[in-house]
Amino acid sequence: MFAGLAAMIYKEMIQVRRDPATRVVFVIPVIQLIVFGYAIDTDVRHIPTVVFNSDRRTASRELLSRFETTDVFRIVEESPDVAGVRDAIVAGRAKVGIVIPADYSDALLNGRSAQVQVLIDGSDNTVATQVLSVANGIARDGSLRRMDVHGGPQPAISLRPKVLFNEEVESDHFFIPGLVGIILQLTTVFLTAFSIVRERERGTMEQLMVTPVSRWALIGGKLIPYALIGIVETCLVLTLMVVVFGIPIAGSTALLLSLSVVFLLPSLGLGIFISTLATNQAQATQLSLLIMLPSILLSGFFFPREQMPDIIWALSCVIPVTYYIQILRGIILRGAEAWHLWQPTLILAVLSIVILAGATWRFQKRLE
Amino acid sequence: MTKRFGTVTAVDDVSFAVRRGTIFGLLGPNGSGKSTIIRMLCGLLRPTSGTAMVDGVDVVARPDAIKPRIGYMSQRFSLYRDLTAAENMKFYGQVYGLSTSDLRDRRREVTDLVGIGDYADRLAGNLSGGWQQRLALACCLLHQPRIVFLDEPTAGIDPVARRQLWDLLFELSGQGTTFLVTTHYMDEAERCSEVGYLYLSRLITLGDPAVLTSSTVATPEGTRWVQIECDESTRGYVLLRGSTGVLRATIFGRSLHLLVADDTSDEELAGRLAAEGIRVTRTLAVEPSLEDLFVALTERHTASAR
Repeated sequence: MFAGLAAMIYKEMIQVRRDPATRVVFVIPVIQLIVFGYAIDTDVRHIPTVVFNSDRRTASRELLSRFETTDVFRIVEESPDVAGVRDAIVAGRAKVGIVIPADYSDALLNGRSAQVQVLIDGSDNTVATQVLSVANGIARDGSLRRMDVHGGPQPAISLRPKVLFNEEVESDHFFIPGLVGIILQLTTVFLTAFSIVRERERGTMEQLMVTPVSRWALIGGKLIPYALIGIVETCLVLTLMVVVFGIPIAGSTALLLSLSVVFLLPSLGLGIFISTLATNQAQATQLSLLIMLPSILLSGFFFPREQMPDIIWALSCVIPVTYYIQILRGIILRGAEAWHLWQPTLILAVLSIVILAGATWRFQKRLE
Repeated sequence: MTKRFGTVTAVDDVSFAVRRGTIFGLLGPNGSGKSTIIRMLCGLLRPTSGTAMVDGVDVVARPDAIKPRIGYMSQRFSLYRDLTAAENMKFYGQVYGLSTSDLRDRRREVTDLVGIGDYADRLAGNLSGGWQQRLALACCLLHQPRIVFLDEPTAGIDPVARRQLWDLLFELSGQGTTFLVTTHYMDEAERCSEVGYLYLSRLITLGDPAVLTSSTVATPEGTRWVQIECDESTRGYVLLRGSTGVLRATIFGRSLHLLVADDTSDEELAGRLAAEGIRVTRTLAVEPSLEDLFVALTERHTASAR
């Protein structure tokens, strides 16, 4: 049995080495990480802003420059009236409009409350929510400063939030470790599914099935070589993450790599499972995509899982990458230790056993 | 054995026995169930009903037990094209569990047997059709199987390679290996110790080719086969086909191959041709070929199926 397994692994390695597509296997994850790593950035910056300033005195100019120094707003247009502000937003030239009334400076001097209107394009909800909170922050900040100057009463409640880890709250630090997981799942599922379906299409699987080689050796002969490739890919994308995106691994790299192997097993198992359902490469592609979409949308990669309806949440529980993303973020961003991550690790181990057992059961040494 | 795929019956109650050390030929049109039978005998497909014993082992009950005893060469070249000839042999030897020293010896033996030594380091995908078939045969002989299944082993290879492959089969069957071969070529069928003819998923005849061709199926009572050599065979064929007393007619090169009623003499046939200006050079009584037999069988079964 082990002779058969060794022969299978050796044969697969020769094929992988000779196959020109192998280079693609290593190039694609790199390209994906770089392209998507730069593209996925939900931090709101440089929002085109239109301004109607009918006050035009120092205080109002000071307020506008405070908006600009946040880096969130970029003033692209000055409008002669309120209607012009609205037009600029409707036309899409600007997403935010700031309207400062003529009595702004007077109100401040006289100790009255000064009114500033901020118009926000709500059609882009990410921008709208962030702009809202930044604008509120500016107003509150300005008010507090005036209270100090005038020696007025201090606010009753003062909130001092402290962000642990990823102190800059940068979205790429959040997304890129997740992206590593998604990319690894994508390539490993496709790799195994295709390598088996290709053998079916070329008739070599039929030839293997008339030999005494065991099912375990057949599956192991696919699993082990592609697990090795998966580990090389993991190292590659993690190196890229550290070097290109400057996201350091806060925790132990050795722990991260060993837990990556625990993730690669169910992922490769899914590939084998797909290969037992598909009879050709086109079908294998469709089935792989069927697994890919929920992996991206439901795994917590994009959206927090806590807010998902129960059924969807349950579905997200059987996707291996869900747990791998927790492990990746835990170790890379929060420096988590092994005992912090026992839960996702245990679930991944259970999923590996279930998926591999299912795939082996489906994988019969028969043509039907 | 019977095999159904959904509502389609691919193999309908087929039963036969093959003696050890012989070459058994399975014939029949495309889609008549030849490959399905071989796949059932190799344990790749499970019969819908019935079973088979291969080298004394039940293929349905113990499909894994027959694997070490058999060799299988499918219709399509199905070794690894991106591995060299030698790598393919090594891989299959290991998969069949040969020890390192056995594998070395057997590789040398089969390499010499099929004469592929010069091509050992070529990628299997770059070999010509004939060499690919030899390599495939070499790979399925490595573990010294008792029975070898060859599904159209000579389809699409040149006549010389075809001849050489058959010489090899005779040599091996002389040493005790049993072969089950499917083919479309009648000359190959005539070389088999026994043949089975499949038509519409049924085995409609079975036996020694020589015995079969001398049966009344090929030559019904009151008829005989005659071969007429003449200078214009095509025109002669058109003239005689369907004429009185001529039951069947085909052309072999410059001669006409006819099944005629006993009461239609050679002289009468020659006279009909001469009347149209066709000169007969020779007339001789012949035995029917396997092809004649199968054509007759096919027509009879098509008629009874209606």
